[in-house]
Amino acid sequence: MIELYRKMLEIRLFEEKVFELYGENLVPGTIHLYTGEEAVAVGVCANLRKDDYVVSTHRGHGHCIAKGARLDKIMAEILGKKTGYCKGKGGSMHIADFSIGMLGATAVVGAGIPIATGAGLSIKLRGTDQVTAGFFGDGASNQGTFHEGVNMAAIWKLPVLFICENNLYAMGTRQTQVMLIKDIAKRAAAYGIPGVSVDGNDVIAVYEAAQEAVRRGRYGDGPTLIECKTYRHKGHSRFDPAAYRPKEEVEEWLKKDPARRLKQRLLENGDVSAAEAKQIEKEVSEVVEAAVKFAINSPFPAPEEALEDVYA
Amino acid sequence: MREITYRDSLREALLEEMQRDKTVFLLGEDIGRYWEGAFKVTKDLAKEFGDERVRDTPISESAIIGAAVGAAITGMRPVAEIMFGDLTTLAMDQIANQAAKIRYMFGGQAKVPLVIRTPFGGGVNIAAHHSQSLEAWFMHVPGLFVAVPSTPYDAKGLLKMAIRGDNPVVFCEHKLLYPIKGLIPEEDYTIPFGTADIKREGEDVTVVATMFMVHKALEAAKTLEKEGLSVEVVDPRTLVPLDKEVIISSVKKTGHLVVVSEDCKTAGVTAEIAAVVAEEAIDYLDAPIKRVAEPDTPIPFSPPLEKYVIPDEKTIIKAVKKIVQKE
Repeated sequence: MIELYRKMLEIRLFEEKVFELYGENLVPGTIHLYTGEEAVAVGVCANLRKDDYVVSTHRGHGHCIAKGARLDKIMAEILGKKTGYCKGKGGSMHIADFSIGMLGATAVVGAGIPIATGAGLSIKLRGTDQVTAGFFGDGASNQGTFHEGVNMAAIWKLPVLFICENNLYAMGTRQTQVMLIKDIAKRAAAYGIPGVSVDGNDVIAVYEAAQEAVRRGRYGDGPTLIECKTYRHKGHSRFDPAAYRPKEEVEEWLKKDPARRLKQRLLENGDVSAAEAKQIEKEVSEVVEAAVKFAINSPFPAPEEALEDVYA
Repeated sequence: MREITYRDSLREALLEEMQRDKTVFLLGEDIGRYWEGAFKVTKDLAKEFGDERVRDTPISESAIIGAAVGAAITGMRPVAEIMFGDLTTLAMDQIANQAAKIRYMFGGQAKVPLVIRTPFGGGVNIAAHHSQSLEAWFMHVPGLFVAVPSTPYDAKGLLKMAIRGDNPVVFCEHKLLYPIKGLIPEEDYTIPFGTADIKREGEDVTVVATMFMVHKALEAAKTLEKEGLSVEVVDPRTLVPLDKEVIISSVKKTGHLVVVSEDCKTAGVTAEIAAVVAEEAIDYLDAPIKRVAEPDTPIPFSPPLEKYVIPDEKTIIKAVKKIVQKE
């Protein structure tokens, strides 16, 4: 549990730093922060081995950190530096670390879903007991790729966890505008697979749901759809003030802050003392600071490196 | 050497590569034991390798390619079949944004050894949704290779090369080529991408043609020979990478260029090849470049209409005569 807290805090402080650096004009392009959704990536990835796969999205920093990617190389990528995971070719929306099974983030909404299915197919054909976790949002569940990818994994009983991060908004579009159902997990029934909705701001609830799904995957019982109900603390991207969200709703969700909730639980259960919690915060903050320093001090790629890596 | 059909040469390439490498597997609609492929390219393969490695899929083109991408980046060598080239449109995001860009976006970490086999081309009266030639679409996406074999020999050698390579390949076949016969060697061979083949040597004019149009160009060349015109027919065999060297050196020899392709004229295969020659060898041309391609219409159904829009030996002959006046 302490490790879960540490990981969630890593994501939280990392994202806050990204936001800060963005304000200082050090981050080119745009950013999609994972702040508020940390319990999802951490709860799922805590069940994964290093050789398991993750397929991520444009809001992917949290997935990378939870899977065990290095903060400094993520930060360097976000800043467009040569030392980043993708040598500056991907940026915030396309971070991958194949050495730990992080198969990368696609920024086309829903496109990662059949890719996760394919990684599951590969596992089945190679006869290993790995699993794949494919992350996507509520908006992606309206793409054809969701239907096609989940159905395909279902009929072939592939070891895939389809993790729907339902943060209630696809950019500025409310879930209620674009689907009549409240629980996206219900869609699992259409493919004959289990679907569960969990409190995505409760890392233990996410952990337990993912644990069962991973067990199913490793034993050849097929895929599971897990809907994690969560909320982004920040806007969709950049300086989106998210004015489309009612104040009361935002306040309600901020009260359910997943990192704070876990910390409270740890303190109440006596798992950590206040002093220990402070120590963890200090350590994580130092790691994040070191990542920022590394990224800022790293060189940009040489312009002509743009021509490399098109073909193998 | 022995004579086999284009269809069987493809089938042999699949069979031999699957025997050679356990990571090679096939997926697509109706490619398995019950139908064995809409054009029978996968005949008997499911019986030989089982349903896991010759995998029937739902009608989900996007997930077929998506799943193939996911498998390719995790150690497998999938060969996906899209039943008709027209239907690659349904999988365009997975082809153009995922398969093609994964290696680049992720800074060279990933390899995407994926082959997408699909038949293009008209001539069989199945109208606008089953007859297009969309090769040029894929030429426009960096990260993809585009193979366009015209003979059984080229088909087998290029498909083997595609399967063994580490890049995504759109492997274009042609419906009218499946039954044509040609000689192939007994032993294992591959054809490197980016090597054009001179299908017929000549002195007066270079005709660059692809797939079924290679055969039309060869027929045209025969006719023109009787009229005293010597035609060189160059088959690029892969459009990406494109063997500029062979095309340009042929143009330097003949001083005349006709480019023939079955796709639409605007921004098509012929446009690219003509542009390459105009840019790099215009001084060697004695006449303007002539392009023979489809007019910019969908492919019509009725036989006289379809025949009218698809280039044939007559349109090629006409184009050649327009730029070459033999004394």
